[in-house]
Amino acid sequence: MAPHRGAPLLSVEGLVTEFRSADGIVHAVDEVSYQLWPGETLAVVGESGSGKSVTAMSILGLIPQPPGRIAAGRVLFEGRDLLTLSRREMRAVRGKSIAMIFQDPMTSLNPVLTVGFQIAEAMLAHGGVGRREAHERAIALLQTTGVPNASERYHQFPHQYSGGMRQRALIAMAIANRPRLVIADEPTTALDVTIQAQVFEALKLAQAETEAAMILITHDLGLVAELADRVVVMYGGRVVETADVRTLFHAPRHPYTVGLLKSLPRIHGRAGRLTPIPGAPPSLIRLPSGCAFHPRCFQSQGREPCRMTRPGLREIEVQHNSACHFAEELAVSNREGAPA
Amino acid sequence: MTGPLTAPAAADGALLRVEGLVKHYGGARHGFATPPAIQAVGGVDFTLKAGETLGLVGESGCGKSTTGRCIIGLERPTAGRVVFDGQDVATASPRQLKAIRRDMQYVFQDPYSSLNPLMTVFSTLAEPLYLSGMRRNDIRDRVAELMRLVGLAPEHGNRFPHEFSGGQRQRIGIARALALNPKLLILDEPVSALDVSIQAQVINLLEDLQDQFGLAYLFIAHDLSVISHICDRVAVMYLGRIVEVGTREEIFERALHPYTQALLSAVPIDDPDLRGKTQRIVLSGDLPSPARPPSGCRFHTRCWKAQANCKQTPPTLARMHSQSQLVACHYPEERPLVATIQA
Repeated sequence: MAPHRGAPLLSVEGLVTEFRSADGIVHAVDEVSYQLWPGETLAVVGESGSGKSVTAMSILGLIPQPPGRIAAGRVLFEGRDLLTLSRREMRAVRGKSIAMIFQDPMTSLNPVLTVGFQIAEAMLAHGGVGRREAHERAIALLQTTGVPNASERYHQFPHQYSGGMRQRALIAMAIANRPRLVIADEPTTALDVTIQAQVFEALKLAQAETEAAMILITHDLGLVAELADRVVVMYGGRVVETADVRTLFHAPRHPYTVGLLKSLPRIHGRAGRLTPIPGAPPSLIRLPSGCAFHPRCFQSQGREPCRMTRPGLREIEVQHNSACHFAEELAVSNREGAPA
Repeated sequence: MTGPLTAPAAADGALLRVEGLVKHYGGARHGFATPPAIQAVGGVDFTLKAGETLGLVGESGCGKSTTGRCIIGLERPTAGRVVFDGQDVATASPRQLKAIRRDMQYVFQDPYSSLNPLMTVFSTLAEPLYLSGMRRNDIRDRVAELMRLVGLAPEHGNRFPHEFSGGQRQRIGIARALALNPKLLILDEPVSALDVSIQAQVINLLEDLQDQFGLAYLFIAHDLSVISHICDRVAVMYLGRIVEVGTREEIFERALHPYTQALLSAVPIDDPDLRGKTQRIVLSGDLPSPARPPSGCRFHTRCWKAQANCKQTPPTLARMHSQSQLVACHYPEERPLVATIQA
C-alpha cells in the first residue's frame, strides 16, 4: 500500500443524490465523501440499498433525472468537477478516462453487434486509432483478459459467449482506452465460483496492464480482502467507515462493520453460532434519526447521542475514519471471528 | 455435531435414500429433428439420516435443484428411486403419498415469488393446516405458534407478503414448511437472496429449528461458506453427477476430487493477510453443455490431471480412506489446503 502522495485522482465531496418516489423522497446517497489516489483499488462495500451503486452512477453522470436529482456535492476528477460538465464533455470522459464494468454482462453488450466490433468501436469513438489498429488491439485485449481463440472470438456475437467470457470481454472494453479509473460494479456477482476466479484474474491483469485506479463496488467481503487497498463501508446511503483493507478487517471501528464481519459464515473452521446483526436495513425514505444504524447497534444501546445526533465521519487514527460517536470504545476487542 | 460414520450402503436407518436418480428434459422428436436431451441429473445416489444436514453444492446447471425437485415430486424422475422413510415414492399408494408429502417440505430460494401475494400470512400458514383437517380454533393457535417459532409477531398475521422484508418473507416460507411437523426440509438456496446481515439470522433460525424438532435438511446451495457452516455432510455435484461426498471436515479439509479442490480454492478468502499466500486453481474453460456431456469423467475437459482413461471410463463413487468419504475420480489425491500458508 503506497502512502497517499500528491493530489487524489478522484474526490467525491458531500454528494447527495435523491430520487422522487410515490412514497416520498428516497435519500439514496446522503453526504458521501471519499477520495481515490492514482493506481489505487478502493472497495465500496455495503448491502443492497446502501447507496454504493448510486454513488458510482452519480460520478459517471448516469442518474436518470427525473426522478433522480443530485442535490449537492462535487465530484472532482483530475481537478475538474464532473457534475458541472455538459453532456457532451461528460461523454468524452466516460469510456475514455473513466470506464465502467457492470454486473450483468448480457445487458451491457449490444446483442446485434460482434463483440470485437464493440471493443474496437470504444477505441474509434474516442479517436486516436485507425480501424486496423483498433481491430488488432481489440484482439490483443481479448487475449489479455483470457478469452480463448481471440481472433475468431472477435467475430462472434455476445450470445455465443458464456457468461464468464462476456464479463472478460467487458473488461477488455473497459481498458481499451487505457482509462485512469475503472469502476467495477459487482463484477463477479452473477457468475459461478470457478468462473468468478477466472474473471477475478482477468481483472487483476487488466489493472496491472493499465495501472488504472479502480473502484470495486461489492457486497462480497472475500473479494474485498483479495483485491482492495482501501475500503469504504456504506450504510443507509452514508459512509460509516473508511480504512486500509487490513485495518478494516482486523480493527474495524464502526459497529456496522464489526457486525458485518461477525455475521459471515467462514469456510474454514466452524465458528459455532453466527452473530447476526439484528433487525433489517433501514428505509431510505424514513431513515432513523441520529445515527442511521442505532436501532440495530450493539454498541449504542439506546444512548442519547446515537438517537439524537447524526455522527460525522471523523479520523480515529491516521487514514482511518469512522462515523460512530463511540468509535473509541470499539478498540482491539473485535479481532475474534477472523480466520486463523 | 459430526457426520455419521455409517456407510450409505448399510442405510437401513436412512430417512431418505436416493438411488440412481436420472432426470432428462426434452429429447423428444420435433418433426424431423431430435434435439439431444438435457441430462440435468445423470445418476445420483445418496442417503440422508433423520436429524442430519446434507449439503448439495455445485455451480449453476449441475443439477442440484433438479435433484431436490425430483425428490419432493415437483419433477418426475426419468429413472431411479426415491425412498422416503422406507417407502418408495413412485409406488406409494395415494394415502401413503399424502403422508410422505406431509413429512417432506420444500423451502424455495426466492421468498418474493414463492408466496401468494394475495394471501395474508395467516391464510398462507393456515392453508396446509386446514387441508390436514385441523379444527378452526386449533388452526388459530397453531399459526400463532408457527409465527413465534420463526421470529415473527403473531399480530402481523393479517399482513400481506409485500409488507415484509426479504428476510421476514423467508421466515414465512420456513413457517409454512414447518406447519405439518415434517421430518425433512429441502432448502433450495434458502439464504442466497438475502443480504449478509440477514443471512446469518436465517441460518441461526434454521439451526435452532433443527435442534428443537430433530429435522433433517437437504441444503441446496452454491455458497461454500454457508454450506461449510451448516452441513454435517456435503455432496459436491458437477454436470448432473455427484463427484464427491463426505463429512464437512472431509470435504473442506481433505477433499480428494480435483473439482472439489478447484471449487474450494476459487472462493475468495476474507482475510487480507492471506492475500497472495494461497494457491488458487483457476479452471480453464466453461461448463460443458448438459445436452452433450463429455464422455468418461464429465470433468475431464477441465481437469488438469486428466489421463487417457478419464475420457473413456466414467469413474464411480468409491470409498476412500474413511467409511464416509466417497470420490468419483480415477486419480484422487489430497492437495495442500487452500489456507495452508508458508509465511
